[in-house]
Amino acid sequence: MLIIDCPFCGPRDEREFEYCGPYRERRPDNMDNLSESDFIDYLLVPENPEGVGQEFWWHKRGCGEWLLVVRDTRTHQILSTVEADAE
Amino acid sequence: MEKYSLYSLVRNSFTQHRDWSPAWITHDLKKNYDVIIIGGGGHGLATAYYLAKIHGVANITVLERGWLGGGNVARNTVTIRSNYLRQESIPFFIKSVEMYEGLSKELNFNLMHSRRSMIDIIQTYPKLREIKRKMYVMDIFGATYKPISVSEIRRRIPTLAGGGNDSRLPIIAGMVHPEGAVNRHDAVAWGYARAASSLGVEIHQNTKVNSLLRNDDGTIRGVSTVKGDVLADRVAVAVSGHTTQLTDTVGLRLPLRSFNLSAFVSEPVKPMIDVVVNCPDLGVYLSQTAKGELVIGGAPDPGQSFRRGTNQLVFERTVGAMLELFPSFKKLKLLRQWGGTVDIAPDASPIISETEIPGLYITAGWWGGYKAIPAGGLTFANLIATNTPHQLTKSFTLDRFETLDYILEPGTTTRV
Repeated sequence: MLIIDCPFCGPRDEREFEYCGPYRERRPDNMDNLSESDFIDYLLVPENPEGVGQEFWWHKRGCGEWLLVVRDTRTHQILSTVEADAE
Repeated sequence: MEKYSLYSLVRNSFTQHRDWSPAWITHDLKKNYDVIIIGGGGHGLATAYYLAKIHGVANITVLERGWLGGGNVARNTVTIRSNYLRQESIPFFIKSVEMYEGLSKELNFNLMHSRRSMIDIIQTYPKLREIKRKMYVMDIFGATYKPISVSEIRRRIPTLAGGGNDSRLPIIAGMVHPEGAVNRHDAVAWGYARAASSLGVEIHQNTKVNSLLRNDDGTIRGVSTVKGDVLADRVAVAVSGHTTQLTDTVGLRLPLRSFNLSAFVSEPVKPMIDVVVNCPDLGVYLSQTAKGELVIGGAPDPGQSFRRGTNQLVFERTVGAMLELFPSFKKLKLLRQWGGTVDIAPDASPIISETEIPGLYITAGWWGGYKAIPAGGLTFANLIATNTPHQLTKSFTLDRFETLDYILEPGTTTRV
């Protein structure tokens, strides 16, 4: 079980969180300059690291914030937890 | 290949079973092959066997990182079934189930295949509607999926004491899939390895592939292993959860994510369940092995994972769900647990495809690939030998994602 150290609520167990997929950039603004294949690549091809990767977790049953968690997929050790960029 | 029979068993008993010939032959790793198959699991070995047997490709090697039968072919719940939703999937899995039924004889290896029906326990109305839809589609393509009453479920599964009218989720309906079966996972790996080896396929264990190699013109050149470079014009990747780790080395990007799927095994007890019980609303399924152990499968770990352990939360949820329906299992002790790394495509359907790199083929996205081993091997061998997809898997190619033509396949444990 993961213990995620929410920057707002402190360490809480995995049950309070919803996994929301690997990190990816925000959807590009100028879609006109983007080719169809690049956009499908953006939509479908995720990061799949064997090792340290970034992913989104939503503190669904807590403060409701989205967090960016850096986690090692081989050991499930969490290296850092910060608020996801809310631009 | 020494033929296994009652006669050979009796004959070898005279020498205290000391003179059995090895099931597969060990070779020295050569520099060149016609086809390199990465991954000596069920799919890799089956592909090698059908390539040699049907397509007459002789110079094949299977490179396995660990030992035969030590990967995901042993990290599953051996459930064989063909109750799928999509018209692309059903004929493929029907073929696979049929092939499994004749496989012990074909491979001359006792797979302990046991056809025993799968019963789905339905506890919510949305699931009932979904499962009825599945029934109608399956009926068109010739797989069997029949409704049965709650009292019939309880007659066939006497230990199913939970799910009564006063419970959180009362059982409202059931479905029986008579083709459902289980068999022995090691025997599938060993049987295919032995049959492939007798056809001249070289199997190299403890030969980890570190990266793929490309020629200057972009075509595949071979692989780089811990024992040096091995070259071939055709390289097939059949490595389950680690597919992207290999394809990343030649810059091929695939729509796959890897997850950990775990299962649990109880202590052996006397026979009490002779069907595969699936509870899609609770997210647990189980069967009893010939040895008497209960094999219990649950939901995947949230978050991508390459760890082979199990998550305590998944364990609690799976066991808790099982005890809701089978309260008497509370007394059982669990002996073993394991997790396997499986990769999943955005639509949860498999990928058997050539790639943008000429000569590189992949079979991936097998979320529950054990049941697909015979047909997966057959169709993948066809693709490698002829460079055209097999009739049964022509929809499972990578180019479906270019047009977003998903084959959405919601299952027991998929999160699609």
